Amino acid sequence: MTVALSGKEIAARLAKQFPGSIIEATGNTILVKADSLPEVAAFLKNAPDLSFDYLVSLTAVDYWDYFEVVYRLTSIPRNHSLVLKVRCQGRANLHLPSVTGLWRGADFQEREVYDLFGIAFDGHPNMKRIFMWEGFQGHPLRRDYL
Amino acid sequence: MEVTEKSGFYVYSDVELDKNEGIQIEALKTASQNSIPDPDRWLDEETQRNILLTSLDAILNWARRSSLWPVVCFPACCAFELIATAASRFDISRFGMEVIRASPRQADVMITAGTLTWKMAPNVRRIYEQMAEPKWVIAMGACAISGGTFAQSYSVVPGYNRIIPVDVYIPGCPPRPEALLHGIRMLHNKIAKQSIKQEAGK
Repeated sequence: MTVALSGKEIAARLAKQFPGSIIEATGNTILVKADSLPEVAAFLKNAPDLSFDYLVSLTAVDYWDYFEVVYRLTSIPRNHSLVLKVRCQGRANLHLPSVTGLWRGADFQEREVYDLFGIAFDGHPNMKRIFMWEGFQGHPLRRDYL
Repeated sequence: MEVTEKSGFYVYSDVELDKNEGIQIEALKTASQNSIPDPDRWLDEETQRNILLTSLDAILNWARRSSLWPVVCFPACCAFELIATAASRFDISRFGMEVIRASPRQADVMITAGTLTWKMAPNVRRIYEQMAEPKWVIAMGACAISGGTFAQSYSVVPGYNRIIPVDVYIPGCPPRPEALLHGIRMLHNKIAKQSIKQEAGK
């Protein structure tokens, strides 16, 4: 089985590397500041002893006050995993940096989050709806939809 | 016929009945000395064996319902019951339906096995329009009838009859193969009642 790395240990390391980038760490998850997501994600992918080369899934959760985007990472050579989270405050005009440059698999999943939650990913090559048709009003997986 | 009074009741004389019966038999026998000629005796022997007389409607409907080729339109999970129906245990080849066509132009019936989303709806409508007349639609399962559990959803078509005319509705989630076979039989009965005169005015 894949070993779930301790979020606190990784967070301590990241805090040293990128001061102020980590908001909190619990169990095997770390909550990262939205602004520092690109460099933290690049570090997690490229550091030789971490080498998270595989993005298992990218999804979002609506907590009313904020949206949380969840990145589940796995390293195939190292056989370990980690959960990365980013928060997005408010309900309108939401933006996050895209991770498609690091993991091509994020392409469709970022479009899905954009389609169903309305969070736009900056730097995505093709930021448009994926499930709903052009002209559809609203973002159906938001809690205030209908 | 003569009626006699006996013990307060009016009854027919059985002697009279027998006498009348005898007259009728004698008359029929006298009139039937020669055998009735074959009505198609003017045809040669080879032709006689190959001619079947029926109405145009009956023969057309028989031909149409005996080989309904379904088109591939299985958007969701009801397809598995349809596959079971098509496979050897239930075997829709008994109705001449085993030829499931990938091309709508060669198909007669659309079995709408599954939930339809609005994004998929134009494609299903297009498949239906590409099918050659005469064509029929079986709405299979709760989703095909009304949208099923997704009827209130933002993305699901609440029933195929919003986009195409449906001939037979089969309830179930999903309907068992027996139910689908029953629906197919109902469609056969429906086709048997159609007439080319109705089609012309359709």
